[in-house]
Amino acid sequence: MSTELLRAEGIGRRFGGFVALEGISVSFAAGELTSIIGPNGAGKSTFFNILSGTLPPSSGTLRFKGRDLNGLPQHRFVHQGISRSYQITNIFPDLSVHENVRVAAQAMVVSYDIWRNRADLVELGDRADAALAAVGLTGKRGELAKYLAHGQQRALEIAIALVSEPELLLLDEPTAGMGPEETKEMVALLERLAERRTVLLVEHKMKMVLGLSQRVLVLHHGRLLADGKPEDIRSNPDVRRVYLGQSEGYG
Amino acid sequence: MTVQSTGEAPPLPQAQRLFAVLADHRVLVSIAALALLPWLLPSKALAVNVLIYGVVVMGYNLLFGYTGLLSFGHAAFFGTGAYLTGIAIGRWGLPWFAAVPLAIAASTALGAAIGTISTRTRGIYFSMVTLALAQLVYYVALQASSFTGGENGLRGFTVDHINLLGVQVNFLDPLNKYYVLMAFAALAIWVQSRILNSPFGAVIEAIRENEQRARACGYDVERCKLIVFMLSGAISAIGGCMSALHLSIVPLDILHYQTSGMIVMMVLLGGARSFFGPFIGAATFLILEDVVSLWTPHWQIVVGAIFVVFVLFLPKGIWGTLLDVLPWARERR
Repeated sequence: MSTELLRAEGIGRRFGGFVALEGISVSFAAGELTSIIGPNGAGKSTFFNILSGTLPPSSGTLRFKGRDLNGLPQHRFVHQGISRSYQITNIFPDLSVHENVRVAAQAMVVSYDIWRNRADLVELGDRADAALAAVGLTGKRGELAKYLAHGQQRALEIAIALVSEPELLLLDEPTAGMGPEETKEMVALLERLAERRTVLLVEHKMKMVLGLSQRVLVLHHGRLLADGKPEDIRSNPDVRRVYLGQSEGYG
Repeated sequence: MTVQSTGEAPPLPQAQRLFAVLADHRVLVSIAALALLPWLLPSKALAVNVLIYGVVVMGYNLLFGYTGLLSFGHAAFFGTGAYLTGIAIGRWGLPWFAAVPLAIAASTALGAAIGTISTRTRGIYFSMVTLALAQLVYYVALQASSFTGGENGLRGFTVDHINLLGVQVNFLDPLNKYYVLMAFAALAIWVQSRILNSPFGAVIEAIRENEQRARACGYDVERCKLIVFMLSGAISAIGGCMSALHLSIVPLDILHYQTSGMIVMMVLLGGARSFFGPFIGAATFLILEDVVSLWTPHWQIVVGAIFVVFVLFLPKGIWGTLLDVLPWARERR
């Protein structure tokens, strides 16, 4: 349970003179569902972008399964076993739902083959179908992704991240812009996903985070304010002051 | 969205099936259509030009239509293919069947050079860098006149007969010439289709759709762009080789940015992202040029106006729009 999967040491990030993150040291154990919360501008997204290779850190090191990830280009992260979804839906709009996921699966196997017929890579198509089934989109496989409802696009977003079979799945506000019904479905999906892999979540919806996670990190002004079990976080006076108190309304 | 076609007549299953079969054999269907071209168009010369520009634009479509990279310098590959074919035959005394692969290889190398620089940029900067580098090629051809003939163009490499498996084919006969050149076009069409059907073909479409996501999925986007840039240049260069063999002269204008602009216009007229659209676009442009220049020397005004109408109202071009409108062809490309 407590095998260390990812370790961040002294992670910092500056944008010009602005310090977005400073001295974040944290370690993630395999099999846990951890959430990162914090008020707007706390540095959640920046931290997330660093963990997924989207942004290089200005300082500090990142180790995944003991391997130093510094200097690794973003497209290599998924090959290491770290895959992410985006807060703003980030899919391939003019491709079919199935092709969205199939092409993501293909990245793990082959990029530059210009001669074989892609239809012969049957196994990739099957894996895409399995990922679509996991997020409940089997019925939509033939449609263009741009025609899906918002909630379905969010699910597709996760299927794209999921199909690479990541050991660490990073989900950036998977319920962003969702109504209560869609959110409920997404939470059920997240619970299923977390049974089999390590999940790291950035979320705004407080109740949902506390109910779902085994561990919660609270960021505030680019620093780690608290780190613990949901019940500890709920009763932490610092957290109550900066976050819970003012965000009751987020529900 | 499952009831997308409410209110419309249900598509004819038979026609749909026939179309699916045709689409699955797009290489053969395209070649068959081109084989009929000299008999459908008013002149053989026009048919040859459609063939040549069709191949050039098809190669360009790989970059622009399928990968979403708007290059304004594709004349560089068209021209390099033509110049190298002419130089290899006329100056180095190589036979045509050695000159053509050499010209394609040189154009691919040029694609590697221009691609390495240009694919580091995005959007309008990419277009401008390709334009500037292509102009560089133009000025090299202009200045190196002892090699390229400079302003007068490259001359003195007439291919008057071609030896096909022991049979001497008179290459000056327009119809023979058309069908020999069509073999080059057929090769280009086949290669293009293979690339589009390949795993790499899926990657470039993903990059066009969402570069950031393609990168997050694990693709080296920059390297893929470079490769597609080279492939696109190589296929367009086949058109250049065809042009040199056809005209027995390489005019300097082949490298001019007006040629690059014409390539962009043709792909938009025919339909970017459609397999046969480039040939439709080339035919439309060249027929318009032919017809309109009969009654006014300012044919560009008319063609330009038609082009504007297309960009505003038919962004998918003639072929792309047709495939969208015909019920049995919808969702196919």
